[in-house]
Amino acid sequence: MFQIKEQAKKYDVLIVGSGAGGGMSAQILAEAGLKVALLEAGPNFDPADPETQTQMKWPYESPRRGASTDTRSFGDFDMAYGGWQINGEPYTRKGNSEFDWFRSRMVGGRTNHWGRISLRFGPLDFKRKDHDGKGDNWPIGYDDVAPYYDRVDKMVGVYGTRENIPNEPDGYFLPPPKPRLHEMYLKKDLKKIGIPVIAARKSVLTKKLNNKRGVCFYCQQCNRTCTAYADFSSSSVLVQPALETGNVDLYVNAMVREVLTDDNGKATGVSYVDRVEMKEYSVKAKVVVLAASACSSARILLNSKSEKYPNGLANSSGLVGKYLHDSTGASRSAILPHLMDRIRYNEDGVRGIHVYTPWWLNDKKDLDFTRGYHIEYGGGMNVPLYGFGMGMEKKNGLVPGPDGKKKKAGGYGLDLKEDVKRFWGAGIGFAGRGESIPQKDNYCEIDPNVVDKYGIPVLRFNYNWTDDEINQAKHMQDTFEEIIHTMGGIPMGEKPGKESNYGLEAPGRIIHEVGTTRMGHNSKDSVTNSFGQTHDVDNLFVMDGGVFVSQADKNPTWTILALAMRSSEYLIDELKKMSI
Amino acid sequence: MDRRKTLKLMVAGSAATGLVLTGCESPKTSSDAGQSKVDLENDLGYGRTDEELVRDKALVKESFFSDHDLATITVLADIILPADGDHPSASNAGVVEFIDFMALDRPTFQVPLSGGLRWLDHESSVRFNKVFKDASADQQIAIVDDIAYPEDAKPEMSQGVKFFSTMRDLVLTGYFTSKPGLEDLGFMGNVPNVWDGVPQEVLDKHNLAYDEKTLKECVDQSTRNEIMDWSDYKL
Ligand SMILES: Cc1cc2nc3c(=O)[nH]c(=O)nc-3n(C[C@H](O)[C@H](O)[C@H](O)COP(=O)(O)OP(=O)(O)OC[C@H]3O[C@@H](n4cnc5c(N)ncnc54)[C@H](O)[C@@H]3O)c2cc1C
Ligand code: SF4
Repeated sequence: MFQIKEQAKKYDVLIVGSGAGGGMSAQILAEAGLKVALLEAGPNFDPADPETQTQMKWPYESPRRGASTDTRSFGDFDMAYGGWQINGEPYTRKGNSEFDWFRSRMVGGRTNHWGRISLRFGPLDFKRKDHDGKGDNWPIGYDDVAPYYDRVDKMVGVYGTRENIPNEPDGYFLPPPKPRLHEMYLKKDLKKIGIPVIAARKSVLTKKLNNKRGVCFYCQQCNRTCTAYADFSSSSVLVQPALETGNVDLYVNAMVREVLTDDNGKATGVSYVDRVEMKEYSVKAKVVVLAASACSSARILLNSKSEKYPNGLANSSGLVGKYLHDSTGASRSAILPHLMDRIRYNEDGVRGIHVYTPWWLNDKKDLDFTRGYHIEYGGGMNVPLYGFGMGMEKKNGLVPGPDGKKKKAGGYGLDLKEDVKRFWGAGIGFAGRGESIPQKDNYCEIDPNVVDKYGIPVLRFNYNWTDDEINQAKHMQDTFEEIIHTMGGIPMGEKPGKESNYGLEAPGRIIHEVGTTRMGHNSKDSVTNSFGQTHDVDNLFVMDGGVFVSQADKNPTWTILALAMRSSEYLIDELKKMSI
Repeated sequence: MDRRKTLKLMVAGSAATGLVLTGCESPKTSSDAGQSKVDLENDLGYGRTDEELVRDKALVKESFFSDHDLATITVLADIILPADGDHPSASNAGVVEFIDFMALDRPTFQVPLSGGLRWLDHESSVRFNKVFKDASADQQIAIVDDIAYPEDAKPEMSQGVKFFSTMRDLVLTGYFTSKPGLEDLGFMGNVPNVWDGVPQEVLDKHNLAYDEKTLKECVDQSTRNEIMDWSDYKL
């Protein structure tokens, strides 16, 4: 018999999802003494658990040498249970529109393996419409969020440098690690063409933040999550302290189906499917917070249909799922011949960038696109994993051998081996990450025909880039070529042209998808107010990237954290005032 | 979920005083009587989920290629990376086993690789009346020379070129991700470290130096274990 069992305990607040937004909310609410149920679709996860640890493993400990699999899209050492596809949990696309959706199912969500690039939005980013007439302004500005950014910096930890660049606000930074060799070249060479290169801003502890978390020991593997808790993962940095208050019950493998409501239209809790037993449960709470990631939270709302809310919950605006947008991305790589035949040393450092380029052309008015991008750089003597040495036939004919003569591309034998060694650490990569203009016509909705293995209707995506994004990608490619030329590099492959939208990645690929439950002034223009409280149901909140009005050219997570903190404290106040 | 793990996670949760609830009254697990006897001991050496353990354990027990093909791959692998001083040949560094595993792990390799090996045997038989592995070293090299240089190869060799490029990719990746390959490369990472910038001799070689500002701003590693103090910090 199909039966929904009700969990006996009733909570003050129930949070769906334990990633960046849910973890922050749990921590703030639990610290304030509220009784919290934290529901997570994936299994429990602790970065320090040796059973699940992949950090510091050697490439040869993996029979596939770290290659990706269906269960780990970014390689089998990567700490994301999930990926572009999850068995039994499909999503679909409308017509021939593209959208790829990356999900992690585990305590901490995608923050166990994210890139840790932790950028504040700047004053301009909240009010872009005032400057370029496109999209919409946020209902709040930088000054509203700044105090929360400050607290997130100190609570979670982020390294960087104070630069005083107008739209790249400084924070309470830990000191950054020194640049690597290719990063030194970037700093030196890009000065000549007026492109700034500054210390990266990443949530990695280069000094101690407290006595609970360790300091970075420079293994370059944050994507495997840090057993010393020296990087920010919601699992170790937020969920664990929240559990330690004794105020949080963590429900794992709890796949939330819908938000339950009473006759007055108030939220009363949620129903969920236990993924292990495949049984249905419900949990009751005074307030429900959705932080299942932008698209998952929209899906839950759209699936929470009732007589009172036939179009889904909190959706009188009709905007749930609309204005879905991701960052733009395009990339290129090159070889720097002067970085061949390198002297060997341990160049691991922190995972990824020690330096980056913030958007430098805010004042330039004659560009044929509207918003900016930042550049992330790859390079260094990285650990060989699956893919290492591949494509040598496209490289070793490009530069003269040690004898000064060009050689035939390809080959075999000790000569080939020597080439691989010569090229190690001579590559450099460029990745632009830019701001797109949110469009109402880019959305996720419920697919009328498809359910997942839990019987829950799935999302269908509809998304197309506009000329603004395509022309921005063109600018990225031109910039990369200019940089490569300036550095004396040899570009790899053909320059992506118009036929490939200048290498512009498909929507979703940059994994900064936001906007599906946007905040605003009222239920005509938005789903929530600036505290993530839905206009329609006052005891229902959204605390993930869904509330973004626009995703700046800054990666979203620091802003998700700051807003979740702000919204959680508002929630506490409202509960105290008994107004929800 | 594996009962052992479920219990452990619940214990870990309750030790932290918060509760970790799975909803299960009596967790039904693969170790329960009557369930399939899948070996979920996590002895592959690096954190695998149950789903991954089941798949990987099955794969490592199997072999995709025939003995004949494995012998041919061994010859090719050692032509691509022969032994060199203290460093072993590709096959002695485990590359053949790696390629065999990849063919199972990524079925898209199966036809190109087994078909490519057939192409090679066919080519060798036509030219020398012997399958590739039984041809003389000179004969083997004569064929390899025709397919190892994509830009110079004759058009009628294009399928062979494609196959050889795939083999070269797999042999290089397999070797340089092996223990002796990492040593051969001179890889010094994957150990706990204190990164304090590019070594001076390297900076000198490249005529580079950390400027004053960078030195002042970057972490002073002698203070790394001190708790960060922002009391004099101005935004
Ligand atoms: C490879 C990669 C690199 C990235 N790099 C960066 C970066 O450098 N900087 C940056 O700012 N951002 C980065 N991001 C993005 C960043 O990971 C996300 O912005 C962030 O994790 C979003 O937090 P969230 O809480 O909204 O969602 P998530 O972290 O995805 O967490 C959502 C949680 O909710 C759970 N959940 C979903 N549906 C349900 C349901 N129905 N019931 C119960 N639980 C549910 C999920 O299992 C998951 O644990 C990166 C992402 C990836 C994948
Ligand atoms: S680079 Fe540092 S923070 Fe990242 S996983 Fe390694 S030790 Fe931890």
